[in-house]
Amino acid sequence: MLGNLQQPLKNLWLSFTDNIDPPLFALALALLALGLITLVSAAQDTPARISSQVASILVALAVMWAVAQFQPQTMMRFAVPAYVLGLALLLAVALFGDVVNGARRWLNLGIVRIQPSEIMKIAMPLMLAWYFDKHEATLRLREYFVATLLLLVPVMLIARQPDLGTAMLVTAAGFYVIFLAGLSWKLLVGVLLAGCASLPFLWSLMHDYQRRRILTLLDPASDPLGAGYHIIQSVIAVGSGGLAGKGWLRGTQAHLEFIPERSTDFIFAVFSEEFGLIGNCLLLLLYLLLIARGLAIAANAPTFFARLLAGAVTLTFFTYAFVNMGMVSGILPVVGVPLPLISFGGTALVTLFFGIGILMSIHRHRKLVQT
Amino acid sequence: MRLTEFKDHQRELHHFQLRIGIAAAFVLAAFSLLLLRFVYLQIVQYDYYRTKAEDNRISIVPIRPNRGLILDRGGTVLARNYSAYTLEISPGKVNDLEKTINELETIVEIRASDRARFKRLMIEAKGAISLPIRTRLSDEEVARFAVNRYRFPGVDIQARLFRQYPLNELASHVTGYIGRINDRDVARIEEAGLGPNYKGTDHIGKTGLEQSYEGELHGVTGYEQVEVDSAGRGVRTLSRSSPTPGNNLVLTLDIRLQQVAEQAFGDKRGALVAIEPSTGGILAFVSRPGFDPNLFVDGIDPASWDQLNTSSERPMVNRALAGTYPPGSTFKPYMALAALELGKRTPQQTINDPGYFQFGNHRFRDDKPGGHGVVDMYKSIVQSCDTYYYVLGNDLGIDNIARFIGQFGFGAKTGIDVEGEATGVLPSQEWKRRRFKKPEQKKWYPGETISIGIGQGYNTYTPLQMAQAMAALANNGTIYRPHLVNYIENIGSGERSPIEPRIERTIRLKPENLEFIKRALAGVNIEGTGARAFAKAEYTSAGKTGTAQVVAIKQNEKYNEKNVAERHRDHALFIAFAPLESPKIALAVVVENAGFGARAAAPIAREILDYYLLGKHIPQPAAEAPGDESND
Repeated sequence: MLGNLQQPLKNLWLSFTDNIDPPLFALALALLALGLITLVSAAQDTPARISSQVASILVALAVMWAVAQFQPQTMMRFAVPAYVLGLALLLAVALFGDVVNGARRWLNLGIVRIQPSEIMKIAMPLMLAWYFDKHEATLRLREYFVATLLLLVPVMLIARQPDLGTAMLVTAAGFYVIFLAGLSWKLLVGVLLAGCASLPFLWSLMHDYQRRRILTLLDPASDPLGAGYHIIQSVIAVGSGGLAGKGWLRGTQAHLEFIPERSTDFIFAVFSEEFGLIGNCLLLLLYLLLIARGLAIAANAPTFFARLLAGAVTLTFFTYAFVNMGMVSGILPVVGVPLPLISFGGTALVTLFFGIGILMSIHRHRKLVQT
Repeated sequence: MRLTEFKDHQRELHHFQLRIGIAAAFVLAAFSLLLLRFVYLQIVQYDYYRTKAEDNRISIVPIRPNRGLILDRGGTVLARNYSAYTLEISPGKVNDLEKTINELETIVEIRASDRARFKRLMIEAKGAISLPIRTRLSDEEVARFAVNRYRFPGVDIQARLFRQYPLNELASHVTGYIGRINDRDVARIEEAGLGPNYKGTDHIGKTGLEQSYEGELHGVTGYEQVEVDSAGRGVRTLSRSSPTPGNNLVLTLDIRLQQVAEQAFGDKRGALVAIEPSTGGILAFVSRPGFDPNLFVDGIDPASWDQLNTSSERPMVNRALAGTYPPGSTFKPYMALAALELGKRTPQQTINDPGYFQFGNHRFRDDKPGGHGVVDMYKSIVQSCDTYYYVLGNDLGIDNIARFIGQFGFGAKTGIDVEGEATGVLPSQEWKRRRFKKPEQKKWYPGETISIGIGQGYNTYTPLQMAQAMAALANNGTIYRPHLVNYIENIGSGERSPIEPRIERTIRLKPENLEFIKRALAGVNIEGTGARAFAKAEYTSAGKTGTAQVVAIKQNEKYNEKNVAERHRDHALFIAFAPLESPKIALAVVVENAGFGARAAAPIAREILDYYLLGKHIPQPAAEAPGDESND
């Protein structure tokens, strides 16, 4: 009787977990665990954040599972609608968005407020991968030009909200697709040079606070109580962690409130202070393995679309991690980029697991189209 | 067909995998960069950042010691501390001071003068940890702020001890005052190596005893190691060492005598110094007008400061200590003594005074038209005969005068235990050589000696020097160093360190000469220029009047008080000691631009002596400063 019941249950479980890639999932869980441990310390005076984060994790895992059920071909069908919807919402934000903290990022849909720029983090690589896949046979200069245009329009809209962090992440995601699609080195170098040449122009477009962030990165001591404060205090936190760290819950920089935004963008400072270089190495290793797994999935993906999408999603994940840790340790300017799977915040978690779900789906369906 | 497609596919896959490989290499490079950065921060620079984090976390909070009190010889408090709540801003922890102050204004009253003071303190007290925006908060204001405290990081309420001078103007030139430490004070403190002891201190003695005994009054600063959060608020105390309070100063000054003296001046300007001859202890030390030292404690408001400094009354000048005046006729007893000691005169030798002394073509006039007739030494002192001393000055010569008179301390700092003493001028040929630049000015002219004989000319002395000389005479030639502090009291142990009377020097004087001069000075108060002021005195006393010219009077012109601008009128002087046989008090009085010493200065001396020797004229108890809860 029992045996009879066991088999169907087992089957159900198998079909439930069929699309889940164990290595990817294990790495993600390990990072989530580290994140929660750090959050307990970082959010000691705001304990509600811990339960809220657990809830977000459950939602994000559900999203991952759901996304993993789709076939890459199905995703392809969503590429254009998602991109168009994202673009429309960005335009709507530009026209009717709510201003929060001086930036127009949120769109009030009556019931919920959404941040359309977040959609673009997924819609952008999806769209470009679809576009390159469609023109796979005839990739010319024209296609790269159109792709760049597809990339730049939403990025401009996001940048002028202003939301430099997201604009940068979306740019990176799009750029990775273009790069992986085989943009010629000549063009690549040309684009990079053009990018460098346009820096003064970008500078003129920047808001004062954005310029200040970049200037304070160059010399944080110039404004120790103003914009430089975040960098100075987070670097002190990292440095004072030493080899083995001050121990969990014992970071003085964190607990005496010297670290700003210590459960969100600057959570790495808390982690680094309490777990030291050893902890940092572990974190880097986990990220590296996760990225390696993602790139392996991309390399073995069956279609051009799947390859481009998987590669771009994985490299975007890397971008999150690198920019955040670089910012906290004082080698990159302060931009609003969370530490993936560690920082408090539901939106980023959902977006990230959406990407992981895509990777799992691509991995699961790697042989189906091979014939 | 299928094969080429497959090959194409393969080539394309390789192509893609190459790109993936490049991306992977980039990821590795980026992470290596991060790793290098972590190693640099956490291993190479670890000590630096650990110290930084500790500095962030641990704040060494100095605990300021209570400043010592200043009391008169009878225990009346001249300077004390009281506790009051202060609203303080730590400028280093506040981003927008203006905005913060504007917001604070909605909670506690902040007057324009408070803002002005805060601004001034920001400039004066650079680097101060916290500065008061409001002092003496009411209980209600304290409560209101406490509720809103979270809105104001870097702003806090402190219970502070404030210096208070309960007697206000009385003896203000003795106590002096404390004020905010400024850049110059900081430099001095650092130079003396006292920096750590002044970490928590923001006031320092600026004048008077507060300044001179700063080292005794201040005490030793204690320290508390406190863990603080980023807003600078203490989380917990890690260790603590208690401060040692400053020592109390107990003065030789008799505050009631001081009050009698200050009241005796009325609204006249001038100075008085009364000394106990047998010890050098100062009994009264008056400089009029005075000022209210309480004005300075919180940082004086500019209007009061201007008024004090630009007033023609010059209330901030300590006239007893730093004012120099020609001694006038109060110089004569010393001249007479010089003549006796140097064998230039005998008491019985007489001169005939026609009312002037002709020297070359210059006529030195006597004060009394027609002269005093036949004058011996006794009469010369009692009636204050100028002609006698014109002749005597000429006979003695300037260097003899300077050498002998100098022994009494004229023209030299007395070494009193308060800073700011003036030297005065005891003229001599040597002095003139050094004082002037042009050769014709460097030469001493014998005619100049003649006015020196009656205490005019170049010589000017401080009232303190005059009182010290009088005490020396009363004390038969023994000069004690004058001092205001009787003993220093350690509050902790109760131990008292007395300022021992210190003999500065002993002038060798023949007893019969001394006896004669004393008798003549007694005669002044019985039958001479001081007789009116000392009529019916119930004690014996010695005195000498003096009237010092402020501006020279032309030849053939008679000094007429009514015709002379107030500031050009003569200074009135009087020196005295009493009782004659065993002197308990010696004093010198200078009343500026008040005319005859006999009329303006001697009565003040009489009041003092009456009070001190007989206890007459007991004054009202000294006024308390209003509205302060004292808790010391």
